[in-house]
Amino acid sequence: MIKINDLHKSYKMGSNSLHVLKGINFDVEEGELVAIMGSSGSGKSTLLNILGMLDLLDKGSYDLDGVPIKDLDETKAANYRNKFLGFVFQSFNLINYKTALENVTLPLYYQGVKRKEREALALEYLDNVGLKEWATHLPSELSGGQKQRVAIARALVSKPKVLLADEPTGALDSTTSKEVMALIQEINKNGKTILIVTHEEDIAKMCSRIVRLKDGIIVEDKKNKMQKAI
Amino acid sequence: MKRLFDKDTWQEIFGSIQKNKIRTIITMIGVLWGIFIYIALSGSSKGLDNGFERQFQSIASNSIFVWAQSTSLPYAGYKSERNIILKIQDAEVLKKQVKNIKFIAPRIVAGVFGDQGGSIVRGTKTGTYSVYGEYPEYIKIATSKIYDGGRFINQSDIEDDRKVCVIGERTQLELFEDDEDPIGKFISINKINFRVVGVHKFVQGGGFGDDGDIYIPFTTFKKIFNTGDRVGFFMIAADEDADGVKVEKDIKATLKQIHKIDPNDERAIGGFNLGEIFRKTMNFANGLTFLSLVVGIATILAGIIGIGNILLISVKERTKEIGIRRALGATPAEVRSQIILESVFLTILAGVIGIILGALVLYGINAATMDQTDFPYTNPTVPIPYVLGALALMVLLGTLIGIIPAQRAVSIKPIDALREE
Repeated sequence: MIKINDLHKSYKMGSNSLHVLKGINFDVEEGELVAIMGSSGSGKSTLLNILGMLDLLDKGSYDLDGVPIKDLDETKAANYRNKFLGFVFQSFNLINYKTALENVTLPLYYQGVKRKEREALALEYLDNVGLKEWATHLPSELSGGQKQRVAIARALVSKPKVLLADEPTGALDSTTSKEVMALIQEINKNGKTILIVTHEEDIAKMCSRIVRLKDGIIVEDKKNKMQKAI
Repeated sequence: MKRLFDKDTWQEIFGSIQKNKIRTIITMIGVLWGIFIYIALSGSSKGLDNGFERQFQSIASNSIFVWAQSTSLPYAGYKSERNIILKIQDAEVLKKQVKNIKFIAPRIVAGVFGDQGGSIVRGTKTGTYSVYGEYPEYIKIATSKIYDGGRFINQSDIEDDRKVCVIGERTQLELFEDDEDPIGKFISINKINFRVVGVHKFVQGGGFGDDGDIYIPFTTFKKIFNTGDRVGFFMIAADEDADGVKVEKDIKATLKQIHKIDPNDERAIGGFNLGEIFRKTMNFANGLTFLSLVVGIATILAGIIGIGNILLISVKERTKEIGIRRALGATPAEVRSQIILESVFLTILAGVIGIILGALVLYGINAATMDQTDFPYTNPTVPIPYVLGALALMVLLGTLIGIIPAQRAVSIKPIDALREE
């Protein structure tokens, strides 16, 4: 599903250049649930941003589902993101003046899906995460776990190839974290490829593969016996 | 373009506008105020324009009055302080020698310049009114209206020294019963019976005159009041396309020549150029219209710049939202068009409300000044092209000013926007 070859990325900080990713080789098969671990500064978020086409790579290649991701301009990146990827963020990133339902319909809006169709679809996905009754509520009326579940529904509604989650449980208490992870595991069980960036060991243990980054290179990449979240 | 007519686009825009009510209202007030000022000002100046035009409509716009006074300089053996009297024969000379005279109406009056008016008697009713000796040309210069069924003095009246008269509205009111038709009835002026042939509607015009004036044929006047060939003053209409100032100058020069007055004597021949005054007044009104246009457009401009400013702040405020939208697949073009459409939509909405408010105010002023004939203010309107022009200008400027925040929004990288916590 994902093929990454000799990926380099550096940032210019004034006159200094910060080499963040120093040659990453990394493949992900369809249906894997991968945890990308590392301390802060290890380059794990940069890797996720490049995977998510939110950032451009300097050197190397990146193929997603057989499509080489290169020569990205903003419009192309936006279209690929919309078609291939679903995002889940630590801080949920819901639009605060839109209801749960409206938030979930947004990716479909940018796909050009008709209003009725996208509302029906969004409601279906909200139902899948158990929030059908909360469809008309604003994010401010939802708990953290509920917000993250809305965000997950939003990430999935466009039927992406890959779900990218950046510290999805970082802002949640441990009980809620487990609930969200259970949901992610269930989605994975249905065949979705999922990448999670995290620095929590017990979250990583709930994934089928753990990749550890340190100082811009992969130091460990092992299969993991998936622990049930709940 | 397709996006413009897409219901979803608008729902998206309404959504973001509705959810930020205070911001939206503050943004709109700027433009609303601008267009309101524009409409109210240009409407008012148009009203003033119309008002001036109405005040002058009773008299040909190119008319000139000339009269004689006493000389201030000795000339050709005559001492100064000599009283000059205009003669009826002067009219013929003027017509021959001065170019561009369209009509010339010699007039004479009793009862205006301190002398005795005509004492009028009808049955038991009496009164004193100003009596004018008139030529038929007068009605062509001063476009007084004669009420239906009547007529003004005509050439035969002059030739036969007929004892006919045209009376004023007030004269009719004072001498006749309400339901009585005065036409064909007789009134006595200085003990001589005159047949009434018409009633004139009084319109406030240039100079003197009122609604009680009685007009009789010039030739009849000079017999009754024993004025010989004397003329009180000339009322002259120049050709429409002629230079009124030059015509006035030529007339005065000719009269000075006839009456042996020093060409440099400024006092002997008096003149009043209504065309010149009219032109100056209309210039003033036009200037006012132009000024109001400039002020109005400048205010609109300020309002639209305000919209751009607030949208810029709002883009900053919505950095994260824009980042989220970008992450979810919004293309730069979609983000840009949303911000621009928001700007244009706010501009137009505010503009339309402003136009309506402005129109209401104009309507109010019109209603309040409707019955005041003295106040030069009639029918304040803003021509449709002005309104459409202002709207087009607003759409254009709204788009242009929207580009700045839209460009700012597009330049935000989704990754930076999302990092901002």
